[in-house]
Amino acid sequence: MAELHELTIHQALDALRSGGTSASALTEAYLARIERYDSSVQAYLNVTADRAREDARRADERRAHGEDAPLLGIPIALKDIFCTNGVETTCASRILKGFVPPYDATVVTRLADAGAVLLGKTNMDEFAMGSSTENSAFMPTRNPWDLSRVPGGSSGGSAAAVAASMAAGALGTDTGGSIRQPAALTGVVGVKPTYGRVSRYGVIAFASSLDQVGPFARDVADAALLLGVIAGQDPFDSTSLPEPVPDYVAATKRDLRGVRVGVPDEYFVAGMERGVETAVRQAIDTLTELGAEVGRVSMGHTPYALATYYLIAPAEASANLARYDSVKYGYRAPDVKSTIDAYLRTRAEGFGPEVKRRIMLGTYALSAGYYDAFYVKAQKVRTLIKADFDNAFNDFDVLVAPTSPTVAFPLGAKTQDPLAMYLSDVCTLPVSLAGLPGLSVPCGLSDGLPVGLQIVAPALGEEMMFRVAGAYERARGPLPTPPLA
Amino acid sequence: MSKATYEPVIGLETHVQLQTQSKMFCSCSAAYAGADPNTHVCPVCMAMPGTLPVMNRQAVEYALLTGIALNCEHPEASKFDRKNYPYPDLVKGYQISQYDLPFSANGWLTVDVDGESYRIGITRAHMEEDTAKLLHRKGNGSAYSLIDLNRSGVPLLEIVSEPDIRSPAQARAYLQKMRLIVQTLGVSTGNMEEGAMRCDVNVSLRPTGTQAFGVKVEIKNLNSARSVQRALEYEIERQTRALETGERIIQETRGFDEDRGITVSQRSKEEAHDYRYFPEPDLPPIFISREWVAELRSGMPELPDAKRDRYVQQFELSRYDAVQLTSSVGISNLFEQTVALYPKPKIVANWVQGEIFRVLNDTGIELEASHVTPDALVEVLGMLDDGTITQAVAKQVFEEAIKTGATPKAIVAERGLTQISDASELEHAVAEAIANAPQAVADYRAGKQQAIGFLTGQVMKATRGKANPGTVNEILRRQLDQA
Repeated sequence: MAELHELTIHQALDALRSGGTSASALTEAYLARIERYDSSVQAYLNVTADRAREDARRADERRAHGEDAPLLGIPIALKDIFCTNGVETTCASRILKGFVPPYDATVVTRLADAGAVLLGKTNMDEFAMGSSTENSAFMPTRNPWDLSRVPGGSSGGSAAAVAASMAAGALGTDTGGSIRQPAALTGVVGVKPTYGRVSRYGVIAFASSLDQVGPFARDVADAALLLGVIAGQDPFDSTSLPEPVPDYVAATKRDLRGVRVGVPDEYFVAGMERGVETAVRQAIDTLTELGAEVGRVSMGHTPYALATYYLIAPAEASANLARYDSVKYGYRAPDVKSTIDAYLRTRAEGFGPEVKRRIMLGTYALSAGYYDAFYVKAQKVRTLIKADFDNAFNDFDVLVAPTSPTVAFPLGAKTQDPLAMYLSDVCTLPVSLAGLPGLSVPCGLSDGLPVGLQIVAPALGEEMMFRVAGAYERARGPLPTPPLA
Repeated sequence: MSKATYEPVIGLETHVQLQTQSKMFCSCSAAYAGADPNTHVCPVCMAMPGTLPVMNRQAVEYALLTGIALNCEHPEASKFDRKNYPYPDLVKGYQISQYDLPFSANGWLTVDVDGESYRIGITRAHMEEDTAKLLHRKGNGSAYSLIDLNRSGVPLLEIVSEPDIRSPAQARAYLQKMRLIVQTLGVSTGNMEEGAMRCDVNVSLRPTGTQAFGVKVEIKNLNSARSVQRALEYEIERQTRALETGERIIQETRGFDEDRGITVSQRSKEEAHDYRYFPEPDLPPIFISREWVAELRSGMPELPDAKRDRYVQQFELSRYDAVQLTSSVGISNLFEQTVALYPKPKIVANWVQGEIFRVLNDTGIELEASHVTPDALVEVLGMLDDGTITQAVAKQVFEEAIKTGATPKAIVAERGLTQISDASELEHAVAEAIANAPQAVADYRAGKQQAIGFLTGQVMKATRGKANPGTVNEILRRQLDQA
């Protein structure tokens, strides 16, 4: 019999329902894993062990009373971008150090209602700005497959926690690739749903028109289960979509016959590692073998996605981060002499360099005289990028591409070169700009490091995305686990 | 001859707080007046991380209603924008406002000043959220500021007029008309003292007969219609003097010092902000269908202009009287309720415009706070008609009723103010008046008829106005002619 921490969520739920284990036992198993490995991985900013034990005790009590719930007793990790009532929430920023929200994000409430156990808050790039989790104000997270390498980002802590079996599943956020890219680099499944599918209420905002919440899991069915729990309209988020949430888990069990799969030429970019391309091409061959109709497609505006994203996202961020002014909560520089002094010094000391860079970029893009040339132009290109997808989906049910052009890179390799870091998301950014659902599923190793296959569906086409991912995963078979000492 | 060589060009920006139940983007109560600081707050209106705005439908409808009442056009799709500027009273660091697609634009209202009617254009009316309130304090040698977030996120409608206003009196009338419209619609208290309506004015001068605008000065935060008029009168005089002496007008923001009645320079326009407006990504666009507008329009109460025209038609009043009687919701209600009980509109109109306006003016009491009721007015008019009291007593009694709330009949009974028409009762009073005023009697005998008036007055005085003036006159002449 597998050890408790090795069970998928579905397996653990079977064990819980049959009385083979308890939420407390499961939680202790994960806390022990964290105790043993997190000093080297550094996935968690804050392990909420007491809270986890209390959640687990209550889950066992509920089950003893004959209750059940979709995640009753399942230990979950949360990126530290989700506001958690009574639990410090920092967004990995010095400016929010010590901030304890008096409210839960909607997704946190939904997880709690579904019976999940909160293990802790995971590390991330400060305010979700980065692709390696090295922009955390507090510490970098390491890739469980190779501790000298990054786990990707910005949701690197959540990805690493799931990859290292320090959580059964986790939530992250994806603005330009922040779930899919770290999922690919750590060998787990990561899902960015359709924009509006999951509530953003209580999720600390980076770029409001792009931010989406999504799950990390060890397999596709677990990811589908988690998304089913957190998805759905929320009266506290006006951009959340009213459509009913389908049974995503059921979708993962269907076959691929007749499914039309498009492979966009532009995603096999210059600078892509050979090992990545090989693994992705093999995965595409597998889809063909499974009965999918695979064809090439061209999406001409793809090369403009990176520049477009780096105008729109920073513009929105420049406004979203204006509230961190030391007046209401969070960090305040000591001995300030005036309001303006408090603003300038608090923000100078409280924000890290990447956050400052993006605030400046965004402020510039919105400034009088530059607004039309930058922000407005970027919005126009965004429309063209969306149109590329619309056209492609006239002929195809899903698109598949690499998630990241490279496998996990060494810590420090790109920290001095922001543009090189930005290129890490070149395959995920267009999907974000179009507001579409994207999923990264592991498709093999390259030099011992995981590679991710990205599956993109039309808006609200999550079922089709899960169908392709599930069928592929079954055909692929099990992958090795990270060689943690 | 006065040298009227300059013409003022005036435009107003009016902020109207909408009296919705909850704030613009959260469920906190918007009725914060008198509440302890920071008691009407939640994570959303405190701008805590991760919170999102949710639009208040009632606020949107109030904004649209106002736009409809101001004869505006509405875009098919409207949206919200972020207006970015750092200030401690602006909790998010940006204000959710409307930039290029306001709910309402291109409207107008009319004002009546000195018997002339003017149409003032409305450029736009857009929604935005109110800011928190800063309280600046000093203690132990250091200055500090406190923040009260109760007002943060209360819905505001900013209404911008065209530069169509040509005099301080018109500006005052515009503001009064605006207040009347929002009060009639029930979308705001319009209470300027409490800050439910706030006003900035822009004014420039140009040589009469020319078209180009002069350099504009903004006067901020005027808190009554009277202040608007006074500030403008001062500012026009100041600018006129400056232009006559060849000075240059500086484009700047000025404040109005109520006590000294002067405007004071606050900052020059060179420090103008770049607000970096961009569309608010947290709120979907708002589609304003014709059906929605029609539905709102059909549920609207009768507006002041329509009411004025109806008064002219239905009650055969002059336009001037109709304007006066529709100048506030309370006055027109009083007028119509009284006419319903006492169907002589011209008499009621005279009483409302005469006695009621006079007493309210003299005492400084607001109509709503006074004891003026249709019943009291009808009672007085009834007693006048049946001869129970004289016109002079009627005025006394009504004033008393307004001030104390006692019924006119009770006042008349208690103070014995019933009219004296009985000749025998008056013979004595007349004889006394004649005895006490030999000069007037001599004048009368010398043919000065005015002396009769003086003597009548003396009798009225002695009877505290109760004497029937006709009877007094009759007896006077008889006694004088007999002697």
